[in-house]
Amino acid sequence: MKATSRLLDWIDARFPLTSVWKEHLSEYYAPKNFNFWYYFGSLAMLVLVIQIVTGIFLTMNYKPDARFAFASIEYIMRDVDYGWLIRYMHSTGASMFFVVVYLHMMRGLMYGSYRKPRELIWILGMAIYLCLMAEAFFGYLLPWGQMSYWGAQVIVSLVDAISPPVALWIRGDYVIGDATLNRFFAFHVIALPLVLVILVFMHIVALHEVGSNNPDGIEIKEKKDPVTGIPLDGIPFHPYYTVKDIMGVVGFLAVYLGIIFFAPEMGGYFLEDNNFIPADPLKTPLHISPVWYFTPFYAILRAIPQKQLGVLAMGVAVVIFFLLPWLDRGLVKSIRYRGNLFKAALGLFVLAFLILGYMGTQDPSLWYVNPVSRVCALVYFGFFVLMPIYTRLDKTKPVPERVV
Amino acid sequence: MSEAQSVPGRRRFLVGATVTIGAVGVAAIGTPFVLSMLPSARARAAGGPVEADFSKIEPGMMITQEWRGQPIWLVNRTPEMMAQLAKNTGLLSDPDSSDSEQPEYCKNINRATTEHPNLFVAVGICTHLGCSPVDKMKVGEGSGMGSDWPGGFFCPCHGSKYDMSGRVFKGMPAPLNLRIPPYSFLSSARLLVGSDKKGA
Repeated sequence: MKATSRLLDWIDARFPLTSVWKEHLSEYYAPKNFNFWYYFGSLAMLVLVIQIVTGIFLTMNYKPDARFAFASIEYIMRDVDYGWLIRYMHSTGASMFFVVVYLHMMRGLMYGSYRKPRELIWILGMAIYLCLMAEAFFGYLLPWGQMSYWGAQVIVSLVDAISPPVALWIRGDYVIGDATLNRFFAFHVIALPLVLVILVFMHIVALHEVGSNNPDGIEIKEKKDPVTGIPLDGIPFHPYYTVKDIMGVVGFLAVYLGIIFFAPEMGGYFLEDNNFIPADPLKTPLHISPVWYFTPFYAILRAIPQKQLGVLAMGVAVVIFFLLPWLDRGLVKSIRYRGNLFKAALGLFVLAFLILGYMGTQDPSLWYVNPVSRVCALVYFGFFVLMPIYTRLDKTKPVPERVV
Repeated sequence: MSEAQSVPGRRRFLVGATVTIGAVGVAAIGTPFVLSMLPSARARAAGGPVEADFSKIEPGMMITQEWRGQPIWLVNRTPEMMAQLAKNTGLLSDPDSSDSEQPEYCKNINRATTEHPNLFVAVGICTHLGCSPVDKMKVGEGSGMGSDWPGGFFCPCHGSKYDMSGRVFKGMPAPLNLRIPPYSFLSSARLLVGSDKKGA
C-alpha cells in the first residue's frame, strides 16, 4: 500500500497522472440527467479501439496486391485460426461505427449540442465523420471484390468530373489498379487512423473544456456550489458515468456479437453479395450500390440529372452539417423546450434521410427511385437552408434554471 | 527610442524570413512525395497501344479488348443498326458529337472511320461515373428495355442509355457520348487501339 502510493508520487513528480485522472474522470463533472442517447460517444470510442485492434491482426495476413488481395481475404476466412471472427469483427465494426456515429449526431441535433459554446466540438466531430467516411471508402477497396472495385471507380470518377489530372494522381494509374489498391491500403492502415485518433483526442479535449450539454440544454456551470465550485447539477464522470457506459457496452456487445455470429453479411447490407466475386475491370456488376452508410448521399447524387451538379449537391449535403451552429437561431437548445416547427423539421429531416438511404440501395431504373429521391433531397436541404427562419419563428417554452 | 522600435521590427523580419524559408523548404520536400503518387514509369509504359483482330466478329456481335485497363468494345454493326442511327437524332443530347471526345476521323454519325463504317470501336466506360455499360443491342421488347428501344447500350449503375454509336440519349445522367479511342488499321483484319499513326 505504501509502496504503491510512493510509486504514484514518483510518477506524479514526472508525469501528470493523478491530475489528468481527476480532470477528465474523477473530478470531471457531467450533468446528472444524461439519458440513453448519451451512450453513443463512448461506444464510438469502443468501436474505434475494436477497429484498430482487429485491423492490426488483419494486416498480418492480408496482401495489398491486386493479384493476391481477394485470395488473401478468403485465406483469412478459411485457413487462419479465428480469422473469420477477426474479419467479421472488423467488417461489422465498420457498419456499427456508422450506426453509433449517426445516433451520436442525432443526439446532437435533438439537444442542440452544437450550439454556443460547443461549436468547435461539433466541427471537430464533423471532421471525424468526414475522416471516417474516407477511412471506410479506402478500406472497402481492399477486399478487391467487384463492389470494391466499381465502388472506387464511381467515387474516383466523381473527382474525374471535376479535375481529371487529380483523379489520375489519386489512382496512380489510368484505371483503378494495383497502384490504387496499394496506396488505399497505406491511407487505410496508417494515414487516416492517425488523423482519426488525433481528431478524437481534440474532440474530447474541447468537450472537457466547455463541459457536456444535457437533454435539457441547461448550462450546469452557471449554478455552482459557492464553497466547492462544483456545478450543483453535476456528478463526477467516474464512477457514475463510467458505470453507466459499461451498461451501454454490454448492450452494444449483445447486438454487435449477435450480428457477427448470426448475420455477418446482414443480408447484403454490411457485406455486399457482389463483393464475393473478384474484381473484374472489364465487367460492371448489374446493380451497384455503395454500403448502406453512404446511400443517402449516393441517392442525392443520382437524383440530380446533371453530373457536376450531382457531385456538388452530394458534397454540400455532407459539408452543410458544419454550418449548423450558425444556422440555428433558436432561443433554446433542447428539443424539450422547442416548438412544433423545429420538431416537425427535424422529424421530416430524419424521415428524408432514411428514405434517401433506402433509395440509394435501389435500382435507379425503377420509376419511383429518382423522383422520390428528389423530393427527399429538397426536404434534406430545406432542413438546413430554412433553419434560420423556422428556428426564429418557433414558439419555445421557458428553460428551467436547474436540472430537475 | 529608435533602437527600442527597431528591435521588434528586426524580430518581426527575422520571424517572417524564417517562416518563409521554412515554408519553401516544406513545399520543396513535399513535391517529391506528391509526384510519387502519379502513374509510375511502368504504368505509363503499360499504357501503350494494343492490337486486336476484328475479322471474326459476326454481324451484330461485339467483343471486348483491354487497353490501359479499360474495356474497349469492338462491335460489328448490321445494316439495320446503321440505318437506325439517323432516326435517333431527335432523341439524343449530343447527336453530332460536338462536345464529346473522339478522334477527328470518327466525328460523324457512325462515330467510326470511313474505311470500316460498320465497325464501332469505343471505350466501354460510361461518361457519367465510370461504370461499364452492358450491351442491349436488340431492338424493342426483346432487349428488356421496352418496346420503343432502338438498340444500344445501358449503364446499370445510374441508368444512362446510349445508341449503337455510343451517343447518349436525352435526360440521362451521363453528359457525353461514349469516348472513342484513337485507332488505326494494320490490315483488313487487325487494328491498333491507342495509336492512329499508320505503321506505328
